[in-house]
Amino acid sequence: MTDTSAIAPGLKKSVLLKIRDLKIDGYTGETWVPIIKGVDLTLHRGEVMGLIGESGAGKSTIGAAAMGYARDGTRINPGSSIEFDGIELTTSTEADKRALRGSRIAYVAQSAAASFNPSHKLIDQHTEAPVHYRIKKRMEAQEDAIELYERLRLPNPGEIGFRYPHQVSGGQLQRAMTAMAMSCRPDLIIFDEPTTALDVTTQIEVLAAIRDIVDQFNTAAIYITHDLAVVAQMADTIKVLLKGEEVEQQSTEKMLASPKEEYTKSLWAVRSFERPQKARPKDATPLISVKNIDASYTGGEKVLDDVSFDIYPGMTVAVVGESGSGKSTTARVITGLLPPSKGEVLFKGEPLPPKYTDRSKDQLRQAQMIYQMADTALNPKVRISEIIGRPAQFYSGLKGTALKSRVDELLDLIELEPSKYYDRFPPELSGGQKQRIGIARALAAEPTFIICDEVTSALDQLVAEGILKLLDRLQSELDLAYMFITHDLATVRAIADEVVVMQHGKVVEQGPKEEMFTPPHHPYTDLLLSSVPEMDPNWLTTLLEERGVDNVGEAADV
Amino acid sequence: MGDIASLVAKRLGLGLLTLLVISVIIFFMVELLPGDIAQAVLGQGATEENVAALRERMGLNDPAPVRYFQWLGGALTGNFGESIVTGERVSSIISERFINTLFLAAYAAVIAVPFAIVLGIVVALLRNTLFDRVANVLTLTSISSPEFFLGYILILYLAVKTSMFPAIASLSGDMSFGELLHRTFLPALTLVLVVTAHMMRMTRAAIINLLASPYIEMARLKGTPPWKVIVKHALPNAWAPIINVVALNLAYLITGVVLVEVVFVYPGIGQSLVDAVSKRDFPVVQACCLIFAATFILLNLAADVGAILTNPRLRHPK
Repeated sequence: MTDTSAIAPGLKKSVLLKIRDLKIDGYTGETWVPIIKGVDLTLHRGEVMGLIGESGAGKSTIGAAAMGYARDGTRINPGSSIEFDGIELTTSTEADKRALRGSRIAYVAQSAAASFNPSHKLIDQHTEAPVHYRIKKRMEAQEDAIELYERLRLPNPGEIGFRYPHQVSGGQLQRAMTAMAMSCRPDLIIFDEPTTALDVTTQIEVLAAIRDIVDQFNTAAIYITHDLAVVAQMADTIKVLLKGEEVEQQSTEKMLASPKEEYTKSLWAVRSFERPQKARPKDATPLISVKNIDASYTGGEKVLDDVSFDIYPGMTVAVVGESGSGKSTTARVITGLLPPSKGEVLFKGEPLPPKYTDRSKDQLRQAQMIYQMADTALNPKVRISEIIGRPAQFYSGLKGTALKSRVDELLDLIELEPSKYYDRFPPELSGGQKQRIGIARALAAEPTFIICDEVTSALDQLVAEGILKLLDRLQSELDLAYMFITHDLATVRAIADEVVVMQHGKVVEQGPKEEMFTPPHHPYTDLLLSSVPEMDPNWLTTLLEERGVDNVGEAADV
Repeated sequence: MGDIASLVAKRLGLGLLTLLVISVIIFFMVELLPGDIAQAVLGQGATEENVAALRERMGLNDPAPVRYFQWLGGALTGNFGESIVTGERVSSIISERFINTLFLAAYAAVIAVPFAIVLGIVVALLRNTLFDRVANVLTLTSISSPEFFLGYILILYLAVKTSMFPAIASLSGDMSFGELLHRTFLPALTLVLVVTAHMMRMTRAAIINLLASPYIEMARLKGTPPWKVIVKHALPNAWAPIINVVALNLAYLITGVVLVEVVFVYPGIGQSLVDAVSKRDFPVVQACCLIFAATFILLNLAADVGAILTNPRLRHPK
């Protein structure tokens, strides 16, 4: 499938989907503004096209439009043409379009956990479309579902469909959703960021399953993602989008080898930022020392089991692991939000009280946090000046003009013009700017240590890069230590000095970055590292050959 | 399933505790009322000896906590004491009337609950259409008009002008069930009009609230027709708020119908409460209050349990 010679000229397959001059408007609450500004797209039978771009590029909107579907608050302009297998969707009746959905065009959503109805069993949702279209009887459809589950290598295929969505893990749900999309053997499937919400190790099994099944049934697909390495594994052709317009389109190999447009090149270059690794200062006491910590949430099982690591002044320690490995819980223990059941946290060799309410102001100011979702971490009804000013007032007792000049200074530090942003509210800012405000709020307390909890994972790559550079500059200017919680190993490679790998609440390996990224690894570290998609279009194929198809993801237990 | 049993047991325990607290409040509120009960019963002309003798007979000389426990112990066994005014046992005064009230409430509920929920589903499906607006305006009008006003309007048109239904809902022991339904139709209809709007709007809001969920979009993109999206994909996840509003309205049907009973001269418990208050017949007042409180608690408990049972995460633990 990644072999682009399969659609060599002369052997051209018939066109399945033809979109011409697609224009879509979005409603902002006052006016309609164009969000897709005239995009053309041609997809042949059995072809997989990757749509790639940053958030706001209009990828998902185009994906929905391919089904003749305009999301709430959007409308397809009358001049557009969407032709699916000879049927013009823009002029079809709602009932005609509905008859195509599910049966001939299927959709796989980003979050399977949110897109399965919590009230019905998986298999009932699976069989809904085939039974509705009278393609199959219920029992037949169930047998077919079980067969698809087996093909997608879901564990217990005969039984898993009879569970409710909350009883099944995220990666399994995503595969079950792919199976559901296949239930009527459609001609076209729209994959809308199907692996974005998954851990790297889980992502592989889903990617492998999707590729397999699309190959087996020769289904055409539109694969929407912002991850270049992922799209390189999946697509025959790649179309790059920017702000509702096409930048360029090429076969996958050509696109990776020699992108033409500047914007595409900048996307490719994103992962190039890397700062030199620092070594531990000699004979220094660690700034933060986590010693043999056990912790659990009320009445629950142990979430942390004997966790120990040190963070030295001015250094960045990356804590990596999959979701549920205890990364964020460790941060909660350090900040005193969750008192540990065993062990202690030392600050410059002195034990910190386990509960934050027992810590002095000076102890509290030392450790600050920056959160993943700047959207929810900033109060939308409070002015920027107050968001940043409050910690400065609380910890340093600043007032009046001193406070104002401190806020200005902080805004300067995060590269936002003080006079422009001082009186604004968070909803008026972009995602990257909000995250910068989060950083300024942490800096306002004048800490020596900042916990960054997945601070870049909700941001586009270019914006994330800017944030990483800013954090790096602040570190050298203010001599800050960072604990960098992330599941993204590319980020680790870019900024970490030391790496702590966590799994099931335990530290499985730790050490300087160089050592961690050179073999031999702990088997789990190895699994994590080898699961990060690479730009090479043959990466997934090679990896699956090495590991064996049945030994990926959750099956690859170490 | 063990989880659900313990959750239900916990709610039940909390309900009983609430009822106990309410019984304390009811008892001592009456206690705090100014004036001497014995004096009030005997009137201005009573001699001091008579008053003292009555106080002795009513046990008013015991300290309040002792009387509270005597009263509570009696209430637990269904003995609410005797009416001060008539000397009859309170339980025999109110039991028949309470059954009448329950009958009227059940009559109204059997019509109103399915009607409101179906109407709520239909307006959610046809949201922002003319039908939606008309239904909203009509139900809002009916909920905003006082019950007695609605009652009189119904009497005017359905009893006086067309004489389809009797204006007075008087009951007698030897009526057939059909006759009973016919006689009590107007008060029941008044109640239906009063409670429908609330339940319908909640059903509509709860369903529309869910329409932005990814799984609803998924259902639409599977080609599911709109009515099925609402009934099969939205409604099962909307039950919890709907059940709560239904329970509140059922409680209202039992405890808030005084005016309707007065308008239709219906022999329900609301009327006896009003009579008792005006005659300072405290044992009856206390008993009525306790029954009302128990009704509220029981129905809310049922709503909580219902909401728990509609949550698949609790019904099917991992």
